[in-house]
Amino acid sequence: MNNTRRNFLKFLGLAAAGLCTASAGSALAVGGAGATTKEGPQAVKAKRWAMVIDTKKVGTKETIDVLAKACHQAHNVPNIPTKQNVKWIWAASFEESFDQPNNYLDEELEKRQFPLLCNHCTNPPCVRVCPTQATYQRPDGIVAMDYHRCIGCRYCMAGCPFGARSFNFMEPRLHLDLANLNKEFPTRMRGVVEKCNFCVERLAQGKQPACVEASNGAVVFGDLADANSEVRKLLREHYTIRRKPSLGTEPGVYYII
Amino acid sequence: MLEKALKGSPKYYTWIGFLLLLIAGASTAYINQLMQGLTITGMSRDVSWGFYIAQFTYLVGLAASGVMIVLPYYFHHYKKFKDLVIFGEFMAIGAVVMCMGFIVVDIGQPQRMLNVMLFPTPNSILFWDMTVLCGYLLLNVLVGWTCLECDRQHLPHPKWTKVLAYVSIIWAFSIHTVTAFLYQGLPGRHYWLTAILAARFLASAFCSGPAILLLVIMLTEKLTTFKAEAEGIATLAKIITYAMCVNVFFFLLEVFTAFYSNIPGHMHSIVYLFKGLEGHTELVPFMWTAAILGLGSLALLIPPKLRDNRNLLPWSLAILVIATWLDKGLGLLIGGFNPTPFETIAPYWPTGKELIVSAMIYGTGALVVTILFKIATDVKKETGASQKPTVPCETEA
Amino acid sequence: MKLYNGGKIITGLVIFLGVFLAPFAYNAGKAAYSQPKLKMPENEKECVESKEFMRTKHMQLLNEWRDAALRDGKRVYVNSKGKEFEMSLQKTCMKCHTNKAEFCDKCHNDAAVSPYCWDCHIQPEGVKK
Repeated sequence: MNNTRRNFLKFLGLAAAGLCTASAGSALAVGGAGATTKEGPQAVKAKRWAMVIDTKKVGTKETIDVLAKACHQAHNVPNIPTKQNVKWIWAASFEESFDQPNNYLDEELEKRQFPLLCNHCTNPPCVRVCPTQATYQRPDGIVAMDYHRCIGCRYCMAGCPFGARSFNFMEPRLHLDLANLNKEFPTRMRGVVEKCNFCVERLAQGKQPACVEASNGAVVFGDLADANSEVRKLLREHYTIRRKPSLGTEPGVYYII
Repeated sequence: MLEKALKGSPKYYTWIGFLLLLIAGASTAYINQLMQGLTITGMSRDVSWGFYIAQFTYLVGLAASGVMIVLPYYFHHYKKFKDLVIFGEFMAIGAVVMCMGFIVVDIGQPQRMLNVMLFPTPNSILFWDMTVLCGYLLLNVLVGWTCLECDRQHLPHPKWTKVLAYVSIIWAFSIHTVTAFLYQGLPGRHYWLTAILAARFLASAFCSGPAILLLVIMLTEKLTTFKAEAEGIATLAKIITYAMCVNVFFFLLEVFTAFYSNIPGHMHSIVYLFKGLEGHTELVPFMWTAAILGLGSLALLIPPKLRDNRNLLPWSLAILVIATWLDKGLGLLIGGFNPTPFETIAPYWPTGKELIVSAMIYGTGALVVTILFKIATDVKKETGASQKPTVPCETEA
Repeated sequence: MKLYNGGKIITGLVIFLGVFLAPFAYNAGKAAYSQPKLKMPENEKECVESKEFMRTKHMQLLNEWRDAALRDGKRVYVNSKGKEFEMSLQKTCMKCHTNKAEFCDKCHNDAAVSPYCWDCHIQPEGVKK
């Protein structure tokens, strides 16, 4: 045999590569023989979740703060006083919220505040741009986040035309009341992007989103695809607008003006 | 050939030592950022990309610029660029290393960055950006190193380097187009939402990149025995001039569309940058400096007598680099995020720590370029290619 | 046969052996390693899966739970014996294993493993600053 040492080394290399792939293959095996997963029985389901907000009923900073407190408490959202803050739902003026410049706005709307949150769009640009699918669209229309996979590139923040997303520039636990955390829900850590999640964990237990529950009927949540749902009823009976509809993202949050 | 980087003049060792100290010292700021998070930067909820991504964008342009030498040489057999090709490829390597460095320091969970490869997402432009940058690095390393090694051994270049060089020409256009696509497909950012952004990026890249390369080559000529073909330098200066003309023209096209249509979404970012909006005028002096220096560089580059003046050329190129850097490294990002989706202005300025971390990346790039250029010039000296004449010619400056 | 640079080689070998054997020397005379005593849950005797399965595969199980709950929207796990559990680290696992420091950390510390779950997930005994 020519070059026996060389051939032997080549053989060793191939064998090592083969062993590695073989052991890697077995490690991928699924756990729990015979185990399955399924949805909980009390989970509420929908084809397309949406929200209708009656801004006449929840139109001041105080009333919107009630919603924000409920949401931020339920999800351990930190309270950061700087411009590197994190917020899932907050109050903003008419000019800041809607793409309807009006140089002579009526006095009432001038003063009114609007609750802004993630719109859970049907064509979400944030999902389109995420390089790891850390943010993804569920079949029921909710745009969800997997904080385990997020690399913190903030492309989704650049892509969102509504400014709905917040980045954890610092450790959020530094700005949380550690004695009063919601122990049923995790916090996040620095370096990931977060936003409203339409309370998927509460929907899985048959509850309404935290802000809906705290709003005393001003915020209604339901299935847009169900013609008999309360959201569809409200949309039939009231004039509603959405944020920046001309961008084609098809937001799922409607505002009764 | 790497051993050529280990031996040099005292000036060489001092420079390498300075760079290593700079990188080591600046890395303390990066470690601080890893532990505290990106809160040490000036970025905010409204301006979520800042100095790091701006540098990345500018340096992708520098990386793509090697194509301005490689294309004429390989496609059109323009022999006057023969001795410059290796420097274009090596500068591209340094630039891509810096690009990747700026991405790594910008992401919030860098230990997870392989998720982009583990969970490939073809609809995300960032996925393609990572792919094309890695590919471009590989192409330049393979082709540049192999060709230099062959030159050293007085061997002809293997046929496959020609094939890969052709691929790298197309690839160079693609890396900056993909980087532009990162920006120009985002529905909420009207400063970026223009089809011409990719064209602007390429035009800006093809003037600023070769300008930086030319400045470094002229510096190399001063520090080593290497001498570039004068006609090659002159042609490259012509290319830079034409590209800068196109770059300025494209910007004026944007200005026309914004202000003739009078649509607020189109106008507001440009007004914020050049006049100020809602009392915020932080960027106005910088943008006007960019405009004046940019036009000034054209005034110094368009007339042939001025362009061919080798004493004036470095200054013309320097102000061109400053102008394009202000436009792409400062104006593009801050103007893109302002006005915010709420029609407010969120001012941004990099913090000291942010600049120190950036210095770490720039230092790394300078180290890579120094080492690669040292190797290239040493090989040329060894083979006697493109050397300074020992007795200066009477006809040369 | 002459050993060239013998002085340097022997010195190097001695230093290498010293560094390599130092951990063994440090532990000489101490008791052998014993498995840590874990505080078991008081109310439940059966975990989601068997002890042997959990010992080797609890991380894989948690990863599966994460993907099923978050991405597929399926939050109920039916284990190999047909018993149902909600797939949640904080609400299921830690309801029985009520103290991270006395259960999870005992083995993890010995194995020099520091999983980053707890950077986000809240351990039942609460978070201190």
